[in-house]
Amino acid sequence: MMNARSSFVSARVAGMTGGDASIAAIIVAAAAALPLVLSTYQVGLATEVLIFGILAMSIDILGGFAGRTSLGHGAIFGVSTYVVIYASVQAGLPPAAAFALGVLAATLIAAIFALLAVRTSGVYFLLLTLALGMIVWGICLRWTQVTGGENGIRGDVRPVILLAHNRFYWAVLAGAAVVTYAMWRFVRSPFGLTLRGIRDSESRMRSLGYNVPLHLFIGFTASGFFAGVAGALYAMFNNFVSPSTVGLAQSVEGVLMMVAGGVGTLFGSFVGAAAIIALENIVSAHTERWQMVLGITFILIMIFAPEGIIGKLRAIPARKVR
Amino acid sequence: MDRRRFLKTTTAALAAMGAGTAPWRSAIAQAGPIKIGVLAPLTGVVASGGKEMVEGVQFYLGQVNNEMAGRKVELAIEDDASNPDTALQKARRLVEQGNCHMLIGNLLANTGLAVANYVKGTGTPYFIPIIAADDLTQRQRIKNVIRIAGYSASEFTHPLGDWALKQGYRKIATVSQDYTFGHEQCGGLAQVFTEGGGEIVQQFWHPLNTADFSPYLGQLADLKIDAIFTMETGADATRFIQQYASFGLKAKTPLLAAMNGTDQSVVRTLGDDCEGIVSPAHFAEGSDNQVTQKFVREYEAKYGKIPSLYGFSMYSGMMWIDAALKKMDGKVEDREALIEAVLKTELDGSPLGKSVKLDAFGNPIYDVYIRKVIKRADGKFWNVPTTTYPAVSQFWKYDPETYMKQPPYSRTFQGIKKA
Repeated sequence: MMNARSSFVSARVAGMTGGDASIAAIIVAAAAALPLVLSTYQVGLATEVLIFGILAMSIDILGGFAGRTSLGHGAIFGVSTYVVIYASVQAGLPPAAAFALGVLAATLIAAIFALLAVRTSGVYFLLLTLALGMIVWGICLRWTQVTGGENGIRGDVRPVILLAHNRFYWAVLAGAAVVTYAMWRFVRSPFGLTLRGIRDSESRMRSLGYNVPLHLFIGFTASGFFAGVAGALYAMFNNFVSPSTVGLAQSVEGVLMMVAGGVGTLFGSFVGAAAIIALENIVSAHTERWQMVLGITFILIMIFAPEGIIGKLRAIPARKVR
Repeated sequence: MDRRRFLKTTTAALAAMGAGTAPWRSAIAQAGPIKIGVLAPLTGVVASGGKEMVEGVQFYLGQVNNEMAGRKVELAIEDDASNPDTALQKARRLVEQGNCHMLIGNLLANTGLAVANYVKGTGTPYFIPIIAADDLTQRQRIKNVIRIAGYSASEFTHPLGDWALKQGYRKIATVSQDYTFGHEQCGGLAQVFTEGGGEIVQQFWHPLNTADFSPYLGQLADLKIDAIFTMETGADATRFIQQYASFGLKAKTPLLAAMNGTDQSVVRTLGDDCEGIVSPAHFAEGSDNQVTQKFVREYEAKYGKIPSLYGFSMYSGMMWIDAALKKMDGKVEDREALIEAVLKTELDGSPLGKSVKLDAFGNPIYDVYIRKVIKRADGKFWNVPTTTYPAVSQFWKYDPETYMKQPPYSRTFQGIKKA
């Protein structure tokens, strides 16, 4: 998104060209102005878009840049949600500590997943992460004493100063901006380039002397860290967690958001998340068959814009030039 | 540059949308129809129950011409997809965008608990005729969450424990789905039964959606027990009752069930296998009470099936709201007054045919029937009352204070008295 433009500005701000930085600033400012024009419910939806956008981006790190699509990120996300709520409701920790603990737990889970999954690729990677996610889901469902089983756990996790919808939205926006910048730097770093190399040809990277499993391990763990941030924010958004948060549907939703926005575009994840959450809410108001409409929309996206919404938009100016 | 133009136009469009909706929202807050948000699982694992919930609501509104206390009623029905996250989101929409005066519904305990936690913050009156989670009207009570026309999970199994003792049963084994609704119902029975000198020989907990019960039935056949208590919902109930019969246990050991195990939603899918099963409940569609029979007849005529717990409860819940609104001239905007009125309402006209009131915790006190599944003249099965326990509260004969000091029923705490 930000690499093609820059011919006219050479000054660099925090690794971004001046042009990129100003676009980023405009987008964040526009997003920050949203609560002024939206109803509280819509602000809630916008908050959800940001949170799921982070989740989808974390999947994109692996899917778009390392060529490994994970179906276990919903579980990593959900573990963080569980830990944050458990830590603040049952253990009585302050929100910041609970938040940190949640992200840490997600990172650890991701590291375990990574150890088991990095030596596989393609459909085997997909199935392995799916199975690992299902294990987490099973534990959350059956370990009733801790997780509350089917009923989940509830409690007021959100810090008092962020109780108002708008304030919480701005806090999430600030968090999302930081995390997005971190991920953007991450995939453009030499390390990120290595991941792309692995995606394009694993054997060549290996013969060049790169430790492929180690790189994937670190990539997976970092991606889990970001998913954990999203999960911890979600805990504060929902004040509630149940096994459906760690379920397969959650992982699939994250992947769909990434795909709808555009695999490998990183920022497309927000567009994908916005598109899916908006669609869910608009369509379900009109018909109880909203899931069918959603399914058809995905099929249409896959046929007409397999590169995703952002990918498609990006291709348009390129075609004009030709 | 395209992106900039794109951004500009989108921002402009969004701003225009926002400007368009704002006056519309404030206009609606004036007097107008009573807006009731209905949350029901219309898709997902319990969709069939959810559809009957909506039927119950619409059946009642049809009878009163969509009017309560002289004001039109506007329903906003949302699908919670049997998923607590969706339920929460839909509740937000109904309250924040739909400006509903109250919410009613939800079927699965987890969806109800999620919504209850949300309305705790907004103060919106939320009525739960189906959600049975004990603690919502006990240890973790929320003032604006009221169980009108519903029941708490262990409310009916307490008297069942007493009834079992009076039948001379001394040893019982339980089979239940492994989640809170099951733990609570089994706990109610186990506590009263063991305190009265009975013994819970063994308890089996199985995951939801168990296809094959033979491992449990095999062990049950070897136990020396006087009766089996089972707590199953939906398809699990159907399968358990069928397999219980085909294992030949039906002839040997009497089967006691939680009320949902022999609810119409289950019994109508079964044949002779379900005959004779005993269960406790406030509602018995086979009761000879005139009012009950009238309700069942009319419901059957309209929807072609005997009403289940879902239809009945939502119907009665709507009637309860109506009765409360009549007392306060339909001034639904005053939430505090609405909650007070609902809590103080004694409902006379419900299909139960007797008056029902709430205890101090917002949970109804019922005459509890011990029911038996019997074949009707036309070959359909239904629940017919055999014994009545009058005025049973969620605390049975215990003192509420002391009762709530014991932990909530769970897989590890069943209230079993050590011999």
